[in-house]
Amino acid sequence: MITLTVNGTRRSFDGDPTMPLLWFLRDELALTGTKYGCGLALCGACTVHVDGQSARACQRQMQTLEGATVTTIEGLHPRGEHPVQVAWREIDVPQCGYCQPGQIMQAAWLLTQKPTPTDEDIDTAMNGHLCRCGTYPRIRAAIKAAEGQR
Amino acid sequence: MTARDLLHRREFLQLLGAGSLVIVVGPEGVRRLDAAARPLAAEPWSPAVYVSVAEDGVVTLICHRSEMGQGIRTTMPMIIADEMEADWARCRVEQADGDEKYGNQNTDGSTSIRDFLRTYREAGATVRALLEDAAAQAWGVSPTEVKAQQHEVVHVPTGRTRTFGALVAAARTMPMPGPERVRIKQPGERRWQGKQMTSIDLGPMTSGTARYGADVILPGMKTAVLARPPVWGGTVASLDDSAALAVPGVERVVRVPGAPLPSGFLPLGGVAVVARNTWAAIRGRDALRITWNHGANADYESAAYQAALAEAVRKPGRAGRTNGNAAQALASASRRIVGEYYVPHLSHAQMEPVAAVARVRDGTVEAWAPTQSPVDARKTIAGYLGLDVAQVTVHVTLLGGAFGRKSKPDFVCEAAWLAREVGAPVRVQWTREDDLRHSYYHSAAAHRLEAGLDAQGTVTAWTHRSAYPAIAATFAPGVTGAEPDELTNGASDIPFHVPNMSVEICPAVAHSRIGWYRSVNAVHHGFAIGSFVDELAHATGKDPAAFLLALIGPDRQVDLSAAGLVAPASNYGATWADHPLDTARARRVVELAAEQSGWGSPLPRGRGRGIAMHRSFLSYVAAVVEVEVLPDGTVRVPRATVAVDAGFVANPDRVRSQMAGALIMAMSNTLYSEITFADGRVVQSNYHDYPVTRMRAAPRVVDVHIVESEGLPGGIGEPGVPPAGAALANAIFSATGVRVRRLPVGSQLAGWTTGATGRGDR
Repeated sequence: MITLTVNGTRRSFDGDPTMPLLWFLRDELALTGTKYGCGLALCGACTVHVDGQSARACQRQMQTLEGATVTTIEGLHPRGEHPVQVAWREIDVPQCGYCQPGQIMQAAWLLTQKPTPTDEDIDTAMNGHLCRCGTYPRIRAAIKAAEGQR
Repeated sequence: MTARDLLHRREFLQLLGAGSLVIVVGPEGVRRLDAAARPLAAEPWSPAVYVSVAEDGVVTLICHRSEMGQGIRTTMPMIIADEMEADWARCRVEQADGDEKYGNQNTDGSTSIRDFLRTYREAGATVRALLEDAAAQAWGVSPTEVKAQQHEVVHVPTGRTRTFGALVAAARTMPMPGPERVRIKQPGERRWQGKQMTSIDLGPMTSGTARYGADVILPGMKTAVLARPPVWGGTVASLDDSAALAVPGVERVVRVPGAPLPSGFLPLGGVAVVARNTWAAIRGRDALRITWNHGANADYESAAYQAALAEAVRKPGRAGRTNGNAAQALASASRRIVGEYYVPHLSHAQMEPVAAVARVRDGTVEAWAPTQSPVDARKTIAGYLGLDVAQVTVHVTLLGGAFGRKSKPDFVCEAAWLAREVGAPVRVQWTREDDLRHSYYHSAAAHRLEAGLDAQGTVTAWTHRSAYPAIAATFAPGVTGAEPDELTNGASDIPFHVPNMSVEICPAVAHSRIGWYRSVNAVHHGFAIGSFVDELAHATGKDPAAFLLALIGPDRQVDLSAAGLVAPASNYGATWADHPLDTARARRVVELAAEQSGWGSPLPRGRGRGIAMHRSFLSYVAAVVEVEVLPDGTVRVPRATVAVDAGFVANPDRVRSQMAGALIMAMSNTLYSEITFADGRVVQSNYHDYPVTRMRAAPRVVDVHIVESEGLPGGIGEPGVPPAGAALANAIFSATGVRVRRLPVGSQLAGWTTGATGRGDR
């Protein structure tokens, strides 16, 4: 039995210990804001925070998460008004929107590490996040706008 | 009218709210739906627009088109609400199920606004007129004295007001306004059209609650992952599922029938592992031991195919456009220049791999899917399961990217089949590997262009031959190549002033599922033509922008069906009278892009600009791409400038986002992505070997300039791709001296600093 905290709620899991956190969130907890995109940490769509660090949920097996604290897009802010989310709306970043929860979780983590990120910081932090619609210029602008709001 | 239709109509009225004013608009005209069950009779009935105003003032609009990032769920309602003078905060949007009663729902071909702008406006204006008439009647004043204004009607002389909601009861029964009363707003009266509107799905999309195909959860739902034949047309020879069934959580292994070649919209077939959760299904699928009969396409191999296509375009093909005598003009030209190009298969690689949920109860299917074409999904499911179309309901979720992949409902059929087999709701989840390896691929294409020039360097002859497998080959047997009319997707309908022109299509047999991919044939047409024009400019020592403008020539409007195009001389479904080839528009976007990009200003070695212009989907787009090529051959795009003339633009912010996105997708097509086949199978599997543009490579700035116009709208989703790819390749040439004729660029620029001379921009 694995016990962990997801968005402030204690959860337990006694299934396949090799199951990635991604499928636990989506299939067991119905937290579908965390998206499946590649399963190999190539696209960033499944990004969540584990113990305050940005993590690819497709790569974190449940057996590594005993006692962990996980935050998903649904838990980033109680009213969805994290500065990154606010900036994303102000700049109207999404097109299809599918990759955006992962982008937002990564951007929110980046700002905890680098409160005023440079373009190079943004490239480094966001390069693992694919957006096939091509919203990258607006993502960059929104990160800078969110920085200003903090 | 059947009982089923009546039921549907009741569902409608329920959805739209009993006691509401309901106006519907379609090709058959404008109607008010009455609450009484008065039959609509057996007449054609396919209104695209449903507007309801409830007595509490809430406005409900049914969006009949699929949302895949283009913003139609915002743009459609903003047009209607603007015309009806509704308060945006009191409008809500319901997503239509797949049903022919909604008219054409097939969200492809960049058609939503260009086909429906007039209908949306007419719907809003009709509701406005009706509410104004109701207020005038209530006050006993002339309708000329009243004016709808932000959810109420004002009596102008007295300032009295009445809310929309309070007028609904009267508006439901009074005579419908005549055509003279239904007045589309003049430009100065518009609140939002052509201006700005915040996208309506922004909240859910940024908080994780937006619902895509794989996010639908039903009670008791199982998850299925399938093993499909690795070669198109393959079948299962033998199956050992014992190890799969031993995986904890796996419940069933089910054979899924595949359609014989060509498989069209139907599933490829194979073996499904049905499990309690996705992870168990994936592990179970991995544990299947299957041997396959590979069938007719087992020898498909990309290098050989490329060589065959290149060979095909060296011989004359079937004419798609003929002007003058190109062969004779070439023979007598003072100079002949040839360019050969190749664009590989591409896959959509949309961020949401295809997925669908289905439930079967009492012999009826209910499916939830991220589909671009819910009516096709509905019909195909019915055919695949042997049901009547009326027994199938398809709900449309948000689409996590689509780009043409989700026009095809094979994955929805799989879910429906399995739900019936298993007797429980089933979600079919494709992995990324499944999505890349069993896609409907963009055609690999070879092009050969040859120009004849006179002594002044003016182009007097133009011969363009292409060969690529046809989308039609996915749907019909015996197809040996694209039809000449496919050249109207940006090869035979080019706005160039050349007296002798021959545009031809050469044979190419398909060995994989070929399908629509954003911009379709214009992807490779645009790349080949845009590159060749640049080659001609450099060969004649002219500035590429000036050369392009000269090639476009004098302003003229041309009906190409009467000027060399072979029948049926398609024009993206529009008439040539409505949308002639308008070379002034082509010229203007080139001038605008050049002007705004700083074209001609000097750049250091390793940097360069390229320009290209292309007309597709009835819009004119020019792009100037600025590149920086690093010593190792890595390409960066510091800046890109796009000029677009798409006629009237309803939602400029979404046009800017589509143009930027198209440019970034064109970067993927041009620089990185390629699907290859070996032994009939797709070689690539995930984003490590099918790379697409990432943040670091993406442009810092995409500067989009929209030509102001009240003209008939053109498409927006697709026309940005074709010129951007060519402009990028031309910029690379300008920066490095390396002419890329085979896509993707990949590692072709490695060593450019020593192997070729970087020219810088002129």
